[in-house]
Order: sequence, then C-alpha cells, then structure tokens
Amino acid sequence: MLYREAGQFKASYQADQAIFPVAQDRLVMLALLIVAFLVVPFVTSEYVYRAVLIPTVILSLAAIGLNVLMGYCGQVSLGSGAFMGVGAYAAYNLGVHLPFLNPFVCILLSGFVAAAVGLVFGIPSLRIKGFYLAVATLAAQFFGDWAFLRIKWITNYTPSGSVNAPPLQILGWDLSSPTANYLVSLIFTVVLALGVKNIVRGHIGRQWMAIRDMDIAAEIIGVRPMYAKLTAFAVSSFLIGVAGALWAFVYLGSWEPAAFDINRSFQLMFMVIIGGLGSILGSVLGAIFIIVIPIFLNQALPPLGALVGWRISTATVSHFEAMIFGALIVFFLVVEPHGLARLWSIAKEKLRLWPFPH
Amino acid sequence: MGLRRAVLLGAAVVSAGIIAAGAAQAQNEQFIPGLVYRTGAYAPNGIPFADGAADYVAMLNARDGGINGVKLLFEECETGYATDRGVECYERLKGKGPTGAAYFSPLSTGITFALTEKAPGDKIPLLTMGYGRSDSRNGEVFTWNFPLLGTYWTAANVAIQYIAKEQGGFDKLKGKKIALLYHDSPYGKEPIPALEAMSKKYGFEFLPIPVPAPGSEQKSQWLQIRQQRPDYVLLWGWGVMNSAAVTEAGNVNYPRDKMIGVWWSGAEPDVIPAGDKGAGYKALMLQHPAGKAPVYADLEKYVISQGKSLAKPDEIGSVLYNRGLINSMLGTEAIRTAMAKFGNKPMTGEQVRWGFEHLNLTAERIKQLGFEGMIGPLKVTCADHEGARLSRVHQWDGKQWKVISDWFTADDSILDPLVKDVSGKYAAEKKITARDCSKES
Repeated sequence: MLYREAGQFKASYQADQAIFPVAQDRLVMLALLIVAFLVVPFVTSEYVYRAVLIPTVILSLAAIGLNVLMGYCGQVSLGSGAFMGVGAYAAYNLGVHLPFLNPFVCILLSGFVAAAVGLVFGIPSLRIKGFYLAVATLAAQFFGDWAFLRIKWITNYTPSGSVNAPPLQILGWDLSSPTANYLVSLIFTVVLALGVKNIVRGHIGRQWMAIRDMDIAAEIIGVRPMYAKLTAFAVSSFLIGVAGALWAFVYLGSWEPAAFDINRSFQLMFMVIIGGLGSILGSVLGAIFIIVIPIFLNQALPPLGALVGWRISTATVSHFEAMIFGALIVFFLVVEPHGLARLWSIAKEKLRLWPFPH
Repeated sequence: MGLRRAVLLGAAVVSAGIIAAGAAQAQNEQFIPGLVYRTGAYAPNGIPFADGAADYVAMLNARDGGINGVKLLFEECETGYATDRGVECYERLKGKGPTGAAYFSPLSTGITFALTEKAPGDKIPLLTMGYGRSDSRNGEVFTWNFPLLGTYWTAANVAIQYIAKEQGGFDKLKGKKIALLYHDSPYGKEPIPALEAMSKKYGFEFLPIPVPAPGSEQKSQWLQIRQQRPDYVLLWGWGVMNSAAVTEAGNVNYPRDKMIGVWWSGAEPDVIPAGDKGAGYKALMLQHPAGKAPVYADLEKYVISQGKSLAKPDEIGSVLYNRGLINSMLGTEAIRTAMAKFGNKPMTGEQVRWGFEHLNLTAERIKQLGFEGMIGPLKVTCADHEGARLSRVHQWDGKQWKVISDWFTADDSILDPLVKDVSGKYAAEKKITARDCSKES
C-alpha cells in the first residue's frame, strides 16, 4: 500500500540508474538527511553527541571502508585498526610540519597517505587468500602497533608517546563544540559514503564483486586481479584513514597508539559482519549496533537490577555487558547471517506487499 | 498476540522505570564521580583503590552527614583502563548532580591525557594524585590538573637519590648501569626525560627497556637484563605487569633488593602472586605506607562493621586501599576549602578547582583527619600543583611492607627546568597563554 512502484515511470537512462529509483526511498533518505543535519543539532544533549552520535558517525565511515574491502572485494582484513592509526598520525604530522594547513585538509590528505600504506600491505593479497590473508593483515596491524610506539618521528619525539590534535577551526571559525564536531563528521561521512556508493555501482565495483565471487572466473573474463585487489585496498584504506584521522582529531583530541590496536580492528570487523557484508547501509547499521548496545546495557542494567532489588556493581555491569553483547552477536548471526542490511531489505520486501500476505 | 502484547507492555514498563529512576535528583548534594576499573588486566590494582575511595566518602556521609551538611553522592563508572571508555564515562557523569561533577580522578595516565583536553572547557578539575603528566605540576599552564602528592619525575629523582645513598654518595653513581623496565604507554614513558637528564648529570648509564602492554609477557626483557647486568632495575609497571616482572626477576635470579618499583608498582597485588620470589623487592611510596592509620577507627565503626564497605577483608589496610582513602580525602578537603570561601552548598567544578589550588594541609590538620604518619604536609599554590615532593622506600619481606628509608625530597634544581621546558612546549602546541601566578591572589 505504501511502498508501491506503480505509476513511477523512468523517462531517461539517468533516472533509471539513480541510487534510489523508488520515490519513497528517495523521500525517506531525504527525510533522514534533513533530520540528521537540521533537527538533531537542536534536540541533542552533549552526552549523546560525545558518547553516541560522533563515534557512530566516524566509525560507520571506517566500517564502510572495511566493507569495501571485505564485503565488496572479499579480501579478509584484520589490519583496519592500524590503517586508522596511519590516517591519524599522518594527519597529526601534516598538522605539525605544515602548520598553515587547515586541520580538515590534513584529515583529507591523511586519507591518501593511508591509501598508499594500504596499497603496500595489500600486495600479499595478490598471492594469498582467505584465512592466510587475514594473518598477513594481522601482521600489518602489529607492525602498525610497533611503528607508532617505536618510530619516534611519527609522534614528533614526544617523551610520553601521546600526541594532541590541533584545535579544529575553519577560516578562524572555531569548530570544537559538540554540535560542530558532529556536523563535520557527518559531512565527511555522507559525502564519502555517496562517493563510495557510486564507485561500487560502477565498473570498479563490479570488478571487485567479480573477484569476490569467483576470482579465477573473473580473471578469465578479463578482470585484472592485481588492479582490482589493489584498488580495493587503496579505496578502503583511504576511507579508513580519513575515519582514523577524524576519530583522533574530533573524538579523542589526545591519543596514544593503544587507541588503534587489535581491538579496534575487531570492532570494525564485527560492525561489518553484523551489519552485512557488501552493503553500505549495513556498515552504518553495524556501527550503530556495536556502539549503542554496550552503552544502552551499561545504563539500563543498574535500574533493571534496582527493580528487583539487586545493587549491581560496575564490574558486574561490565561483565554482563560483555556476555549479553556476545550473545546478541551470536543470535543475530544465527537468525540472519547476511546481517542487519539483509533484515532491512526483507522488511522492505514485506512492505511492498503489506497489508496483503502474498 | 497475547505474548506479543505482554512483551511490549513489559518493555514499556521497563523503559518507564528507567526514565523515572533517572529523573529523581536531590538538590543539596555534591556529586563526586569515580572512574574505576574493576575488570581487565589492571583490575587487581584498580579494585582496592576504588574500594578505598568509595569507603572514605561513605564514612564522611555516615559520620558527618557529608561535608558541612552537604551530602556526598558518589557514583562509579567502569572504564577498564581504556581511554575511549574513560572519555565516555566522563561525558556521562560530568553534568550529574545539582552543580555537576566536583572533580575527576581517572587513575590512568592515558585517560588523563585525553581528559586534560576536555576538562578546561567543561571547567572541572582533574585530581591526578601521583600520576598523569609530570609537567602538569606547573599550574601556570595546567590550570585544571592537580598531580598532588607526587609526579613521576619526583619519583625518578627520589629513586636515584635512594640508589646514591645506598652506594655511598652521588659521585659513586658514575659508571653504574640503571635500567628502567617500563610499561610501553604514556605512563611508563613519563620518567624517561628525567632519568636521561640525571644520567647526564651523575654519569650513570641509563638503559630503558619497554614491555608492550599489558605486560604479562616479559621473558625476553628479563633475558636482556640478565645479559646486560644493570646494577639496579627501576620498575614502572601497572596491573599484571608488576607481578610478572617480580616473578621473572626471580626466574632469572636478578637480586630483588636491587629492584625499585615506582609507587604504582609497590603494592600487595604486585608481590603476592610472585610468592616467595617477591621477598626483598623494594618500591617507592606515594608518601604513605601500608597499615592502619588513626582514621581506620572511624572507618571500622561507620563503614566496615556496618557491612557497607566494598572491600574484601584482606584489602583493608593494604597499600592501594590506603591510597584510595587518601585520594578521596584530598578531594573532599579541596571541596571543604572551597566551601570555606564560597559557602556551605554544593560546589561547582570551578569552585572546587579554587579549593584544590588553595589546599593547605598542615601537620595539625592531617592529624585531625586521622592520617598522621601517612602523608607529610601539603601546600598547593597557583604555580605548584604538586604540593609536596616527598617520598620514602618500603620493602616487601614476604609477608608485609616495611618502611626502610627516611623521607627524601626531590631535587628541584634538576626538575624545575625540565617542567618549565616541557610545559612551555605544551602551551605553545595548544596555543595556551600561561597564567602569571605572581598576579593572582
């Protein structure tokens, strides 16, 4: 009843090839963007910005990057935390050595540095696949951990190893308030997500998907594996690097190498797997799930305990959080192995028929 | 349909309950947040400290009804020693209570670095007793940081003074080899500039040996130590790294009495797991020893015997439990100092900061509070946010800690130029104009 395409005719190829061909989809997307940009800044508290919105927006950009590599090109990667770190430290070094550059220009340029590093660490993918590639990218992660700690010029020879981001401003306009931070991260994420969505619908994206589905057959029909795999690593690392620089500059402000360790890689991988491999929407849904659920559990469990007269200590809440979160991950993967994005498309399919059963 | 309706109804009731629980809030209460870690690799050391901090506040509430009639509201938030969770806890708790959080005490150098960026904007002081940035003792640059009782450069200097005393004079340090086995994080790296400066001045060879976090794997580092044979090993670890270090030292037969840990590596959880390998191990004290001070009489009466203590029986009287007590004592005394100027009502973060900056704990007051023998007199000024530069050394004999030295005072002729230099660099980088303390009241 609500979600019918009847009466929507396309009169041009351009209209037919739109990202959202159905008018209702376009409307919902527009409404979401309006709410995200124009409504949220007026109704949100600082805590929700700092604890929920800003991390979700930045990590969904990183999850989109990892989805490009794992979901669209099928290359397993456990090194995403290190690439985030490369982006962060590259942006920091650009800010330190070229102080006339605006911090946001540094963040964009750091994406290119991360892409170059990703290219180098993507070379093993030309020879090895699957589980073995996971191990090779794990080596990239540990190499990143070591490099950020030991190579002194990366942290500008600070004695503590902890570095600070420059103050965020554009043309003298201070952007350090939570609302400004949120809007800046949202702009980066929306623009880059739009770019990536178009890349994966184009010939490069189709090459990636061909490599993912059956790389030998792809090679036979003329897809060059080296080009496809290395471009996947480059684009993915660019996105992850920009997300890492945003994470460091906008969210943390001051960070040490432990902020980009193996746990960050696992967190991104869980986002992509739970959200849905090979789906931009899935990356965003996965990011929301992974970030919001622990905070929700942390806040909801003590009052729930109080309802039954049980004073739960913070340690117990932490343990419960881990247990319930893990159980939810298993539950979702059992119920829908293709992730939350698949649940969303099933919902849309059912919505087409609604209110009829068939 | 019936089950679905019942589930939806239940969810509605639960959410209503959560919203209602959040809405209730008293007005004449001072909110004190506690960033703790009771889980993770650093929990063995985090738990007794958190218990001590909570118990002291509980005692003040039970015995005095709070501070000058204002009840204290203490809430913990689990950080797991992770910087991002620490930041999330900070954001969640900073606005709670009628006047917001009084002060934050993250007990983690990593979280301190992150909060040092945020606290000035939110106007909440950071109490980083015995940890954090060593240069944050310069109150002209770090207006909101209070590394009371001691910083890592003080610790490094006192350790070298103790070694010099054992060797028979500073001139005997020439040619000696002193290794620093440190946790590879901002916390572990803090003493390095001070130790390098002292190694240049006194002529000893300084050998830094990093241990990757969390530090339970140290075999290769101790093989290196066995090879290099340093005269002394300074241990700068936390959590499981400490007990692993003492155990490994026993395994390679490095004399434990030539190991000196910093005050965060000198507590019961660091030596008990090592068993009899721990005997002889020395550590610096954050002024206070293990054991029960006069304040324990009130603690026993109002908190422990009432079953309100969070601590297990063997924790009470331990080094880190005492440290938690002192941490809360310093925070509440700052609130009391602020109330003396601003009135007996809940204090804002700015007012508590004023309280910290004018904190003057004389020997008389320390005795009144029941902490005699624990800490020396402390005077915080605008320029000096450390307040005191004292430390002592204690030694584990297998069963308990015994104080084996007199009071040492850190040598400011070495430390002052370092502090000015590094804090000046920070101010330049962050574009902060330093205050001029001679102009302030």
